[in-house]
Amino acid sequence: MQTSELELRHSAVGQTERSDIAYNQAINEPEIRPPASYFRQVAGRFAKHRLALFGLAVTVLLVLTGILAPLLTPHSPNAVTAAFSAAPSSDHWLGTDQVGRDVLSRLIAASRVSIVVGFSTVGLYVVFGTMVGMISAYVGGWLDMIVMRVTDMFMAFPFLMVILVVVSAIGASLNTIIIVLALFSWPAVARLVRSSVLSLKQLDYIKAGRSLGYSAPRIWFRHLMPNAIGPIIVNATFGVASAIMSEAGLSFLGMGVQPPTASWGNMLSDAQSLTVLTDQPWLWVPAGTMLLITVLAINFVGDGLRDALDPKS
Amino acid sequence: MLPYLIRRLVISVPVLLGISIISFVIMKLAPGNPVDMLIDPNTPPELLQAKKEMLGLNSPFAVQYWRWLSGLLHGQLGYSFSSYAPVAHIIGERIGPTILLAFTALLTGLLISIPLGIASAIRHNTAFDHTMTGFAFVGLSIPPFFLGLGLIYLFTLKVHWLPTGGMSTLGEAGGFGDTIRHLILPAAVLAVGIVGKKIRYIRASMLDVLGQEYLRTARAKGVRESFVIYKHAFRNALLPILTVFGTEIPVLLGGSILVEQIFQWPGIGQLTMQSILSRDYPTLMALNLVAAIVVMISNLLTDILYSIADPRIQYR
Repeated sequence: MQTSELELRHSAVGQTERSDIAYNQAINEPEIRPPASYFRQVAGRFAKHRLALFGLAVTVLLVLTGILAPLLTPHSPNAVTAAFSAAPSSDHWLGTDQVGRDVLSRLIAASRVSIVVGFSTVGLYVVFGTMVGMISAYVGGWLDMIVMRVTDMFMAFPFLMVILVVVSAIGASLNTIIIVLALFSWPAVARLVRSSVLSLKQLDYIKAGRSLGYSAPRIWFRHLMPNAIGPIIVNATFGVASAIMSEAGLSFLGMGVQPPTASWGNMLSDAQSLTVLTDQPWLWVPAGTMLLITVLAINFVGDGLRDALDPKS
Repeated sequence: MLPYLIRRLVISVPVLLGISIISFVIMKLAPGNPVDMLIDPNTPPELLQAKKEMLGLNSPFAVQYWRWLSGLLHGQLGYSFSSYAPVAHIIGERIGPTILLAFTALLTGLLISIPLGIASAIRHNTAFDHTMTGFAFVGLSIPPFFLGLGLIYLFTLKVHWLPTGGMSTLGEAGGFGDTIRHLILPAAVLAVGIVGKKIRYIRASMLDVLGQEYLRTARAKGVRESFVIYKHAFRNALLPILTVFGTEIPVLLGGSILVEQIFQWPGIGQLTMQSILSRDYPTLMALNLVAAIVVMISNLLTDILYSIADPRIQYR
C-alpha cells in the first residue's frame, strides 16, 4: 500500500511539467494501475495456496449438499425402507443400518446437521466474542479486569467435559448444542480481539478519531474492526471445523443430536459393536470418512486464509 | 518471578470460586435428581422426601452451595449419589489410569513430532516437507473416535495383536506387559492428535531459528553443517517447543473422555460419562473442580517455562 502511494505521488510530480493536454490524458488513461484492494491482495495470495483452494471447493460442495439435502437423499433418511443391516446394493448404495434405514440418505441428511452446527456456533460466538473483546480493550480499566477474569473462568473448564455436563443438564438438542458450544468458545475470540485492539488503540489514527469527537461505536466498527478482522476470520474458520468435530463427539457419546435425526457422530456411535466393526463396514466407514473430509477441508481453508491474511508469516 | 507467582495464585482463587459457582448452577439446572431416578416408582412419597432431605436436596441453592464449599475447605468432597462412596476416594481410584494414558500419549507425541517437525524445517518446501504437512493435517482433522474404531478394526479384529479395551485381560494376573498391550491403542489415538497439531508448530519454530544471523556466522566460521543444525539451531528451537506441550494437558483431559469411552479405559473420562448418566452431582462437581485446577496449573507452568526458555520474557 505504502509503496504504491509513493509511486502515485512521484508520478504526480512528473506530470506538472507536462502540457495540459498530456496531463488530461494522464488523468483519463492512468499509466499506473491503482493499487489492488486489500481484498484482492488476500484473494490473490489465497489462490496460490493449492490445498486451500481444494479445501474451499470441498467445503462449498458440502455446504451445497447440506442446503439441498432434502432433494438429494434417494430415500427418506428416517424411514425404514429395506431389510436391516443390508449390504450395499443398487438401490441402497451404502446399504442400510440396523433399523433398515438407507445409510446414504442418512449420510446426506447428517451433512446438514454438521453444517448448521458448524456455521451457527461460530457465527454466534465470533460476533459475541468480538464485541466483548473490543469493548473490553477500548474501555479498559475495571471493566477490562472483570472481563478477563470471566474469560479465565470459562477457559479453565476442560472443554469437552464441561460441555457434556451442561448438555446433559439442560437436555440435548440441536439448539442447545449450538448455544453451549458457543458459550464455551467465545473467550478465545474475545482475548484475540482484545490484544489486537489494545495495540491498535495506541495508534495515531484512533487518537485522531477520538479527538475529532467520533462516537465510540463509529471508532469500533469503522476504524478498529477492519484492522483487527484478519485473525478473527482465521480463528472463525478453524472454529467451524472444531465445532463440527465437537458436535460429532457429543453425538458419538449420546449427548448430542438425538436419534432418529442422523448425525455423523451418532451414526458412528451405533458402530461400536464388534460385529458391525468386522462385518458391516458400510455402517461406520462412510460417516467417519465424511467427518474427516469435512474437517480436513475446512482446516485447509483456514491455513490458506492464515497465510493470505498475514503475509509476514 | 516470585511476586508474579504469588499474584497469579491469588488471582486464581476468585476464578476457581467462580468456576465452582458456575458448575453448581449447571448441576441445579438439570431436571430431575438422583432420588427420582434411582428409586422404585412404588416408594411412598414421604420416603422420597426423607431421602432428599438426607442428601440435602431440599435446601435453598445458596445453602447447598455453602455446605459444599465449607465441606471442601475441610477437605471433604462429599459422597457420590450413586455409590455412596467418598468422592475423593472414587476420583483417586480413577486418576492413575488417566495420568498413565495422558503421559504416555504426551511422551509419544513429543518423540514423534519433534524429529519430524525439525526434519520438515530443514528440508522445507521439499516433497518430504509437503508429505509431513499432509500427515499433520490428517492427524489433527481425524475424529478420535473414528481413528479409535479404525485401529480396533485393524489391530484387534484383523490381526489379533492387541486387546479391544480395558486395562488388563480379564481372568489373568495382568502385570506390566499386559497393561502396556492395553495402553498402546488408546495412547496412539491421543498421540496422533498431538503430533498433528505440533508438527507444524515445531517446523515454524525451527524455521524461525534457521533464519537467524548467528547460524550464518557459524557457517561462515566453517562449522560443519550437521553441527550448525544440531548444536546451534536445535538447542535454540527446543525450549520454545517444549513449553507448548504444557498447553496440551487440558486438551488431553478432554480427549480422554472419548478415548476412554471407546477403549473402556477405567479413568477420569469414563468416570465423567458414568457420573453424567447417573446424575451424580457431587462427583461431577469435584471432577469439574479438579479438571479446572489441572488446567490452571498447566497454564501457569506453560508461562513459567516460557520465561525460563526465553529470559527476554519477564513477568511482573
